This record gives sequence, C-alpha cells and structure tokens, in this order.
Amino acid sequence: MATIQEKQQILIEEFAFFDEWMDKYNHIIEMGKSLPMLPENKKNNDLLVPGCQSKVWLHAEQHEDKIIFSADADAIIAKGIVAMLIDVFSNQPAQEVAAAELKFLEDIGLKDHLSPTRANGLMSMVKQMKYYALAFSA
Amino acid sequence: MAFDVHDIREQFPILNQKVHGKPLVYFDNAATAQKPIAVIKAISDYYLNYNANVHRGVHTLSQRATDAMESVREQVRAHLNAAEAAEIIFTRGITDSINAIAYGLSNTVQKGQNVVITAMEHHSNIVPWQMLCERTGAELRHLPMDEHGELILDRLEVVIDQNTAIVAFNHISNTLGTINPVQKIISQAKKVGAWTLVDGAQSGPHTIVDVQSWDVDFFTLSSHKMYGPTGLGILYGKRERLEAIAPYQGGGEMISTVTLEKSTYAGLPHKFEAGTPHVEGIIGFGAALKFINEIGIESISAHEQSLLEYATKQCSGIKGFRVIGNSKNKASVLSFVIDGVHPYDLGVLLDQQGIAVRTGQHCTQPIMDAFCIEGTVRASFAMYNTFEEIDSFISGLKKAVSMLL
Repeated sequence: MATIQEKQQILIEEFAFFDEWMDKYNHIIEMGKSLPMLPENKKNNDLLVPGCQSKVWLHAEQHEDKIIFSADADAIIAKGIVAMLIDVFSNQPAQEVAAAELKFLEDIGLKDHLSPTRANGLMSMVKQMKYYALAFSA
Repeated sequence: MAFDVHDIREQFPILNQKVHGKPLVYFDNAATAQKPIAVIKAISDYYLNYNANVHRGVHTLSQRATDAMESVREQVRAHLNAAEAAEIIFTRGITDSINAIAYGLSNTVQKGQNVVITAMEHHSNIVPWQMLCERTGAELRHLPMDEHGELILDRLEVVIDQNTAIVAFNHISNTLGTINPVQKIISQAKKVGAWTLVDGAQSGPHTIVDVQSWDVDFFTLSSHKMYGPTGLGILYGKRERLEAIAPYQGGGEMISTVTLEKSTYAGLPHKFEAGTPHVEGIIGFGAALKFINEIGIESISAHEQSLLEYATKQCSGIKGFRVIGNSKNKASVLSFVIDGVHPYDLGVLLDQQGIAVRTGQHCTQPIMDAFCIEGTVRASFAMYNTFEEIDSFISGLKKAVSMLL
C-alpha cells in the first residue's frame, strides 16, 4: 500500500506528462468521471463541503485504523479534484491524514491555476478531510 | 459616422491581450463593460491637473473640479431627458440608489399597502424592498413570468392594486435579456396612484431612455456597465418625489445648516449626496457617456442584436443546448444550459481557452428556482465584440462539451 507521500508523487508525475492546461483539466475530468457516485440518499446537506462554488458531498468512515473517504459533486471538475484528494487520503491511517502535508496541489500548479474563489473551495475540501481524520484519530 | 468594430476595439486596449495563451474574448459585459481610452484619460487628467474637493473651495482647482462634475450632471440630464439637473443624483451604484429610495419610503409606506417587484429581479431590487416591508409591515408582491422569461401582463391589474405604494422592476433582465414593457407597467401603476422605479442596469448601455416620456418616478443607472468607472450610480427622481422622501445618509454636503441640536437639509440634488462624491468616477462617466453617444446607441444596439442572433443560431446546433430566456424582445444576453453539463465546468474550460463568461445564478436566485436549474452560462455582448469572437466561443464551447460529456 502506497503512503500519502508516494501517492502524491504518482499524481505529480502523471500531471507532469501534460504540457497544456486543457490536457491537465481533461485528466482531472477523467478522474472525476471514474470516481464512483455517491448514492442519492447519501447526498444530504450535512455532507456538503462549505465554501465550494458547486456542490461537493464528502463522506468519511473508519475501517480499522484507516479512514475511507467517498465523495461526489454536481460539477465534474470539482469531482475530479476531490477524486485526487481521495486518491491521496483514502485508505490511509487517520493520524497520517491529519498530519499530512499536501504538496502535490502546488507541485502540479493547480492551486495557482485556480481563481481565488475556486482555490478556497479546494482548501475547504482539504480542511474537511482533515477534520474527519482528526475526529477519527482522537 | 459608420459603425466600425475594429476602430472601436482600438479604443479598448485591455481587449488586446492573451489569457492562458489565447486571445481574450470578453463576453462578461452584463457584469461590467471595459473602459475606453477616453474614460481612462479623463480620470488621469483629473488627478494630473485639477484634483480638489468639490463645492467648498474658493480656489481655482476646486472650482474646476466642481464645474467638471456639475457639467456631467447636466450631461446625464440631457441623456435621460430629465426636466432639470437637480433631479440627477450621484450614488455609489444601482444597489445604493434602490436602497436610498426603499429607505426613504420607510415613513410613508404603511401596513396594508404593498410593494410590487417582478419574478426576474436582481437581488439588489429584491432585498431592499424586503427590508422596507419588514420595517413597515407592507406586503411584498411580484409579477410572475412565463417559461420564455416574459412577464405575464394579464396579471398586472391583479398584482398592482389600490394599495400598491411602489412598483420597482428592471427594464432589461440581467439573466434572461428580456426587455420589459416599461410603459405598460408604469401606466397600470399610474392608474392606481402607485410610484414607479425602473432599474436600468442593463438598459443603460443598450437603449435610449426618456424619463419624461416614460413618466417614471425613479430611474437608476450603473456607470461601470456603461463603459464608465466603478463605484458610481445615477439616480434620477422627479423633483416632487425626491423632495417628499427622507435622505438615508447624513453628513457633509447634504445639509443647509447644522447646529449641535438639529440640522436642516440642503435642496436637491445635494440632499441625497452626503460626503465627498466620487469625483473621478463622475468625470470618467461623463467621458463614457460622450463616447457612447458619439458612436450612437442605435448603432451599438443594432450591432449587439446581430451578435446575439448569430450566437443564438450557432449555439442551437450544440446537442443539449437550451436557452434560458427566449423573450421576443431581448437584449444582447445569451443565458443557457447544456443538458448533463454543469455551468461551472463550462466556465472553467472556456476560461482556459481565453473566453470570459459568467456562470452561476447571476444574483437572481428566484429565476433559477423558477426554471429549476442550478445556474446558467451567460455570454453578454458589447459594442466591441465581433463575429469572429463568437466563432471562437462556439468552438471553445464545443470543445468543452466534448471533454465533459
């Protein structure tokens, strides 16, 4: 099982493969499309991540010492972004998620590339995942 | 003078740039229009040569600044065909104008009366009236619209009745592009003795408005949507109406005498202009009006109409494309959804291709609710937009859709 660090490195290498931002977005969209959908009954307002321009639902559960995330979004780019975060964070020890430093967002340039409102939305997703991780590691 | 879009574009240096490596296509004009060199020069000329506070100084610079500002008031009066320059108030924007009237009516509107808006108002023409109704106990009503985004005029006589204090509505919807039948609505309001306010946010840059022939009580414009600076609005009000209502802000400039116990208010227009006005904005707006009128609003509007028709036609070939707002009488706003695609995703991918559009609810959540949609993509056109830009937009849109579906 790859660690959070290794997962990030894999994403960084994947994105380095594309020169054009349209291609990077295409990759994000593909990741969004391949993320399993949340069942409709799970898409309730309690799971909405605050501060996103589109609706993003984030669900977390604990499995032994691991934290398992699932998510959905009504916009596919937001869904692709949350899919990347799930790829990095899901099925990892809760304590490591809570303590992890996220460098891939900066390394692939996504954070700089998003407008400030969208970057805030992205940071809200990260924050929400870390809240769950903290709660589970307590 | 013949309308030449390429000559016009030269007056807007900001358009000549690349965004994400692609030539900028600016289709967010209903949010704000770009500024021509004439406006930018007028502002810098003011700061380079005659910046001073207005109305107070006996010195030359103050006098020059005051004259420049007051000549814009006269220019606006002529533009709207108001009876006198004192009926033109400089505000911070349309939101400010509407709040000034809604607040000013706090002591006149009473429980048992009603305020009428329409189903297609911008939040800035909804919330101030909700606040007025909360303060006074009056009822807030709205004139409904149909599935094309047209007001249901059959309901006029039911909604606007003997108890209506004021009818406030937009001339052109910022989300749907619908041009509303202003005179029909005003005439029903007059029949029952109600006051009227027309929000001209979207009409200012596209149409000629004659406030006397409309016989409207209040009309408001936004400078920045008319190629002028931000932070400035125009509030026209009939003298008798403006005299009848209370000012909503107190301070310098708006008073006649002040003692520590009581002050008396200045006459129009100063009664509604507390504090140092937005002098550079006013001067810049004067230059913007001159610029628009030299080109001619009819020519601008005709050009924009052909852009709208062309864009609508080109878009209709895209699978799942649906126009939101297809009123027969429409200004250059193309709001749409594409089935199965979130507007936000389209906005991001268009931006990647240098194309600036607006996505979301456009500050008109009730319209989104009425059409049962989360939001739209809105492309809105101005005098400097071209058919080639629409072609880029269409191919950008097709590319985005192919990636998303």
